[in-house]
Amino acid sequence: MAATYQPRTMAKPEVYPEHEAYWDAAAEGKLLVKRCEACGEYHHYPRMFCPYCMSEKTKWEETKGTGTIYTYSVMRRGASPYAIAYVTLDEGPSMMTNIVDCDWDEIYIGQKVKTVFKQSGSQDDPGPYVPCFTPL
Amino acid sequence: MSIKGKAYIAGAFEHPTRLAENKSTAVLHAECAKGALEDAGLSIEDVDGYFCAGDAPGGALSMVDYLGLNVRHVDSTDTGGSSYIVHVSHAAQAIAAGKCDVALITMAGRPRAAGRNGVKPKAASPNIPDVPFEVPFGPTAVNEYAMAAKRHMHEYGTTSEQLAWVKVAASHHAQYNPNARLQDVVNVDDVLHSPMISDPLHRLDCCVVSDGGGAVVVVSPEIAKSLKRPLVRVMGAGESPKGQMGGKDDFTYTGAVWSGRRAFDEAGVTPSDIKYASVYDSFTITVVMQLEDLGFCEKGEGGKFVSDGNLISGVGKLPINTDGGGLNNNHPTSRGGMTKVIEAVRQLRGEAHPKVQVKDCDIAMAHGTGGGLASRHGSATLIMERV
Ligand SMILES: [Zn+2]
Repeated sequence: MAATYQPRTMAKPEVYPEHEAYWDAAAEGKLLVKRCEACGEYHHYPRMFCPYCMSEKTKWEETKGTGTIYTYSVMRRGASPYAIAYVTLDEGPSMMTNIVDCDWDEIYIGQKVKTVFKQSGSQDDPGPYVPCFTPL
Repeated sequence: MSIKGKAYIAGAFEHPTRLAENKSTAVLHAECAKGALEDAGLSIEDVDGYFCAGDAPGGALSMVDYLGLNVRHVDSTDTGGSSYIVHVSHAAQAIAAGKCDVALITMAGRPRAAGRNGVKPKAASPNIPDVPFEVPFGPTAVNEYAMAAKRHMHEYGTTSEQLAWVKVAASHHAQYNPNARLQDVVNVDDVLHSPMISDPLHRLDCCVVSDGGGAVVVVSPEIAKSLKRPLVRVMGAGESPKGQMGGKDDFTYTGAVWSGRRAFDEAGVTPSDIKYASVYDSFTITVVMQLEDLGFCEKGEGGKFVSDGNLISGVGKLPINTDGGGLNNNHPTSRGGMTKVIEAVRQLRGEAHPKVQVKDCDIAMAHGTGGGLASRHGSATLIMERV
């Protein structure tokens, strides 16, 4: 059973106008999250309106790019195996992601991880870079 | 206002097909509608309310026109596979408010004939706010439920053996259902030795892919009492969407913690009053988490609760999914809520297979979870009684 990361084609995310800063930063290897100036809460996925208080005063903040694995699962069936996961960022919010560049038999819940950005789409049809994680 | 006692389920029909290669989805809906109305002893002219969800081709407008309905109330609420449980509640509300007297709910589809399964990543649908932040990572039905299972195991010590017992119970029931997609009895080892799909879920932890559908007819008390069928009365219902909560995700519980409480409060009963429960079984883990969240056992004790045949009719304390459930019988168009209502109605009428019929089944539940446990899902709980 293949347990080691192998590159795969990731579906391209649609870029909405309010998320351009997020994808631009991702291309530079930076993970942004939204924080609300009205209530102080971080949230993910990013919205223009804070999901906790509906304020429009949400601002991008650059994260440290580190977190811990909340849960994960290695999909063994389909075109190529991959490890889907939720990582809880050190800033607080959790996010869906993939665990990459490692042996999946060695990963575990609670493990410290850091961002690795992978380009979505294919060589012929490249898309935005998306935040994946790998063990620290 | 409460819906308690305000509406009755007069007709229920499960399409016998599990593979519909030579029928369109619209035809399946029509066959289900006809079957449920015949079961009730009503005709299409009696229908004055129509309910459907996302599986209905063209939505409510196309279906009303196609079926030749003349209705004064429509509702196309979609909460994934739990939609049809929500529809029974909404139909009861509409009947209680005088908006209709005979509500027809249909669902049908043909994912199997179309070659779909739960392993293919979800399509990148445009405009949905969450999709760009998820679709690159390949969420599917099975790996989302697998992530919930993995976290549940981490926090509560739930094991793959315990999950397997849910499948074992389903297979014991399905052996008596001639229409069931899978009819062979399996044991815990069979489940554990089936191929790993997305860890920790094996192939036999997953529901079947099947074509077909079903329909139910919900009517006013006056109409119910004029018909010749056993009386199945709506006692209470609850519904509750649950999501990622802006990144404060917790995938160890489901929206059943809220929908269950609302349904029990409205019905005025407790879990110990439930003689039979249809509990959504998209995957084995779904059952374990829902039983905890509905209050049939303590949180974290679901794995122990489902073990050793406790869900098998005539053997355990809480018989569930006596038709074989989504795991063995039928999960038409990947939406299990309709068949959950139908088997609960069979049990309350005393029309389940004699080998699985629960004795003195006077109060039953149908509970559903539609969508993804590790993203967004809609929970719905319905409590019914035989009068
Ligand atoms: Zn806020």
